[in-house]
Amino acid sequence: MGKIKLLQGNEACAEGALYAGCTFFGGYPITPSTEVAEYMAKRLPQIGGAFLQMEDEIAAMAAVIGGALAGKKALTATSGPGFSLKQENIGFAALTEIPCVIVNVMRGGPSTGVPTGPGQSDIMQCRWGTHGDHPVICLTPAYVQEIFSETVRAFNLAEKYRTPVIIAFDEIVGHMRERIEIPDPGVLPVQDRTKPTCPPSEYLPYDESKGDVPPMANFFEGYRYHVTGLNHGSDGFPVNASPRIHTDELRLLRKVESNRADIVRFEEYLLEDAEVAVFAYGISGRSAKTAVEAARKAGIKAGLFRPLTIWPFPEAQVAALSARVKGIVVPELSLGQIILEVDRCAKGRCRIEGIYRVDGDPINPAQILAKVKEAN
Amino acid sequence: MSGRYEIRFSGSGGQGLILAGVIFAEAATIYDKKNAVQSQSYGPEARGGASKSEVIISESVIDFPKATEIDLMLALTQEACFKYYKDIKPTGTLLVDEDFVKEVPKGAFKVVRLPVIRTASEEIGKAFVANIVALGAITAITKQVSIESVEKAVLSRVPKGTEDLNKKALMAGYDLARGREN
Repeated sequence: MGKIKLLQGNEACAEGALYAGCTFFGGYPITPSTEVAEYMAKRLPQIGGAFLQMEDEIAAMAAVIGGALAGKKALTATSGPGFSLKQENIGFAALTEIPCVIVNVMRGGPSTGVPTGPGQSDIMQCRWGTHGDHPVICLTPAYVQEIFSETVRAFNLAEKYRTPVIIAFDEIVGHMRERIEIPDPGVLPVQDRTKPTCPPSEYLPYDESKGDVPPMANFFEGYRYHVTGLNHGSDGFPVNASPRIHTDELRLLRKVESNRADIVRFEEYLLEDAEVAVFAYGISGRSAKTAVEAARKAGIKAGLFRPLTIWPFPEAQVAALSARVKGIVVPELSLGQIILEVDRCAKGRCRIEGIYRVDGDPINPAQILAKVKEAN
Repeated sequence: MSGRYEIRFSGSGGQGLILAGVIFAEAATIYDKKNAVQSQSYGPEARGGASKSEVIISESVIDFPKATEIDLMLALTQEACFKYYKDIKPTGTLLVDEDFVKEVPKGAFKVVRLPVIRTASEEIGKAFVANIVALGAITAITKQVSIESVEKAVLSRVPKGTEDLNKKALMAGYDLARGREN
């Protein structure tokens, strides 16, 4: 039996990071994510870790990359405006294959927008915020317990695939408090990075012959290697020539694409016989669950598809779903972003109906129920 | 949504209403072993502005965490009262501070007027424990959580050295509202 607590989503995220073995936080505070930093600032020094507040968000992202290169599991947390500032270094971490976890507690935007209200309008930025083709893993937990377990999973995926992992939730889920059981150590799996077994003189940090995820050496353990944001050869030094660029870029994307079965996670609720489905994540997913239950009571065969991994997008699952239902309702706290992905995967096989809201309040179950009735 | 009970604490930023909600939710989940969710809504101001904190208590799992059909709403300021009362259900209760909320909105709901802030400042001697006085009153009116559990939760959350003060405030609020139940 683990420890029972009443925790905020943000606090559960910090607890999840600690459970996963995170010992470094580099950050810059911003509402509504600040409690993640506060919690880590208190806890990390107690366990021999380090908390570093930087001068701004891009510097914080740089600190996280440095911490990860030194062998630490590293975390940063931010919200929309800060997430924008981090983008250049998120791309750097993707290309240089440095594992790290970035939390984006979404508020209303663009710009400084609505600091204390919830939003889901960074979801495309999570996918395409940094330039160039790059692999992305982005998780979207909705319950305090789930924020804990998905944060552990985020670190595991980052280490396993040597890539930055984003956790995106919203102000409501980040600030709300729920009962949580923090499992004892060993109950949830914790993955550490694969380190090289060869002598330092033979080590190549990007050696594709070792598989799509080459072993990663920690700095200061005798292995010296070059880290650059330029496309590079297996030794890490710049190579801006064909065919290396092409094959290495393909390998980067393949790390995520060929491991979808391991990475893509979702909840299916009452979907077996559903005629109308709701596709929703985060606070909208919680609202949708209540709406689906109300629809069932009203005699409508409704169900919920709630992605826990939003990137890579659950393409095959949404395609299959669209072939079995009359319509898919997509509530989101934006003016229509993730609906484009649902629509892309449904390929016209069923109706797609959006519900959008950006006024600082969540989409409530009654709004979703009304649209489900329409789509039935 | 059977057995779902919705409470909204409202007032001005800085009155400790988010803390009151947290304590109530903690009493419900940790000490009384019920399902509860606490959420909040506030403006960018550190002090002032209308602020609210909500607690949902339920026998089943709580998915939608916000109040939409309120069983009990507390309003400690006139501004918050009018800003947030609309979701009170016809069978619900509006609990107001009788000195700071002079005008009460019309509705089918029951209205309870109590001297929450005056009790804190005059009887206890510290205006800042008004949130704890309110918590005592809400415990008596809602009967959702035992007063013993609320007391335990209060004591685990308040600063060291203020335990007796807060205990007194809680009981003062509880006694104030007994007999005024829903």
